[in-house]
Amino acid sequence: MKTLVWVEHDNASVKDATLAAVTAASQLGEVHLIVAGAGCAAVADEAAKIAGVGKVHLADNAAYKDALAENVAPLIVDLMGHHDAFVAPATSNGKNIAPRVAALLDVMQVSDILSLEGPKTFTRPTYAGNAIATVESSDAKLVITVRGTAFAKAETSGGSGTVEAVSGAGDAGLSSFVGAEIAKSERPELTSAKVIVSGGRALKDGPTFEATIFPLADKLGAAVGASRAAVDAGYVPNDYQVGQTGKIVAPEVYIAIGISGAIQHLAGMKDSKTIIAINKDEDAPIFQVADIGLVGDLFNVVPELTSKL
Amino acid sequence: MKIIVPVKRVIDYNVKPRVKADGTGVDLANVKMSMNPFDEIAVEEAIRLKEKGVATEIVAVSVGPQKAQETLRTALAMGADRAILVQTDDEVEPLAVAKILKAIADEEQPGLVVLGKQAIDDDSNQTGQMLAALMGRPQGTFASKVEVEGDSVSVTREVDGGLETVKLALPAIVTTDLRLNEPRYASLPNIMKAKSKPLATKSPADYGVDTAPRLKTLKVSEPPVRSAGIKVADVDALVAKLKELGVA
Repeated sequence: MKTLVWVEHDNASVKDATLAAVTAASQLGEVHLIVAGAGCAAVADEAAKIAGVGKVHLADNAAYKDALAENVAPLIVDLMGHHDAFVAPATSNGKNIAPRVAALLDVMQVSDILSLEGPKTFTRPTYAGNAIATVESSDAKLVITVRGTAFAKAETSGGSGTVEAVSGAGDAGLSSFVGAEIAKSERPELTSAKVIVSGGRALKDGPTFEATIFPLADKLGAAVGASRAAVDAGYVPNDYQVGQTGKIVAPEVYIAIGISGAIQHLAGMKDSKTIIAINKDEDAPIFQVADIGLVGDLFNVVPELTSKL
Repeated sequence: MKIIVPVKRVIDYNVKPRVKADGTGVDLANVKMSMNPFDEIAVEEAIRLKEKGVATEIVAVSVGPQKAQETLRTALAMGADRAILVQTDDEVEPLAVAKILKAIADEEQPGLVVLGKQAIDDDSNQTGQMLAALMGRPQGTFASKVEVEGDSVSVTREVDGGLETVKLALPAIVTTDLRLNEPRYASLPNIMKAKSKPLATKSPADYGVDTAPRLKTLKVSEPPVRSAGIKVADVDALVAKLKELGVA
C-alpha cells in the first residue's frame, strides 16, 4: 500500500508531529511525503532523511505557504490518484485539511487513531477518551489522522528519500491568509515535552499563574500547560490548553496544580506515564488518576517545591 | 443573508459515558442528552449576526432520531427562525451528514453555514470541512472570532501555535471553537414561543443520500483504567519521588 503523509512544517523545518504520522504510515506500507509550502525546498531535503521514507513530493508555490485547506486539498487529491492512503498528524493543520481531502475522495476519515489493528482496522478514542472504538474502513482509499502521542517518532536520519517537484493547481481563489499571532515561548513544546507543569483555575489570575507555575517549570525544564478554566479566565493563551478541545499530551511526568480533573481535561493527559497532583481538595477527581498526590495549598506547596529542587 | 446551523443531540457533557458490557457501544439508555456544546456556540453566533443585521434568517438543522426535535426546539428557543429535522434512527457518519447538509444548502442558498468544530460523542471533527469540500466553498475552522465584511468573512482561528486570521469569500463554512462566544440561556417565554415556530421533518431519502456507514464498528471498549496511586505527606516526600523519577 502506498501511503502519502502530510509533512507539518513552518516553511523552514519539519515539525515533530510529522514523525509519529510517518511511524503510523510505515505500518501500512510504502511511505511517501507531501511537503506543500513556499520556499520550502530545505524542508523537503530534511524530510527525505526521515527513516523509512521513499519519495518526497515537493509543492513549492506561494499558494501553499499558509496551508490553506482550499488550496492544499486539491493538490493532495491529485496525488491520491496513485496513493492508497493519506495520513496526517492530528495537528490543527491536519484536522483542517484531511476531512476536506476525504470528502473530495468520497471516503470517511478515521480521526485521531491510536493504533493499527489490521490493514483497514484502527482504534480511536471517542467520548473524550472514555470509550475506545475499533473501526474497520470499507472505503477504497484511506484518510487517517494520527494521534501524535500514540506512536513513537520516526528517526530523523538514515532515510534516503528522493525529492520530486509537483505543481498542483495553486490558488483556488476562495480564501486568503491575513495574519497570525503566534505565542512565543522559550520552553519545550507542549506536545513533545517530557515533563509538563499544568495550572488550573485555582491560580487566581495571569500574574499569579506566571509567578507560581513558570519558576517550577523552569526548574524542571518542563513545558507549561493549563486547564480550560485557566485559559477561559485569561491567565494564559489558549495554546497552553490541555484537554479534549486543546492539546493531547502524554509526557513522562505531568504535574497538575490546582486542577480538579474534569473529564474534558483528563481526556488530554491521562496517558501520561506518571501523574502528580497538587490540590487542596482531597476529594478532587484528579486524585483518582494521580500516581502521586499531595493535598495542600498550592500557594505554600509550589514555592516550597520550587525552592527545594 | 441566510445562515444554516446544524446541531447534534449528544450525551450531556457532564455525564460520564459507560461502555456496554457486550462491547457494542456506549450505553445511552436513560442518559441525559443535550445539544452538543460546540453547536450551542454556533447557534449563538448566528443569532448575534442576526442581531447585528448581517443575517436575515437562521435555519437550524439536525440529522438524528425523532428526539432530536428537542434539540431543534432548544435552538429555536435561543433565537433560530425555523428548523429542519432529517429523521433517521441509524447512526449517521460525518460524510453522510455533510452530504445531507450539502443538499439542504443547495435548496436554501445560505451565505454562511456555522457548525460546531466537533461533536463530543464521536470526536470526529470532520463534518464542517467535508461540507465545505462538497460545496466547493472555503472553510474557517476552529473559529474564535467571526466578522462578516461585505462579500467576505474574516475568521480568526485557534491553531496549534496561537491564532491565525483568514479571509473567506462568501458563501463560507465556519466551525466554532469554545472561545467564540458564551451561549445565552433560552428564557421561558422564548421556550413557549419556540413551540409554534416551524419545524419540518424530512428523511435522508428525501435528499437522495445513502447513509450506510463506511466505517464498521467492530468493538467499543473501556480505556485502560488508571488507578489512584499514593498520597505523600509533604513537599520533602514529593521532592524525593521526583528524584526517583529522575526529573529533579
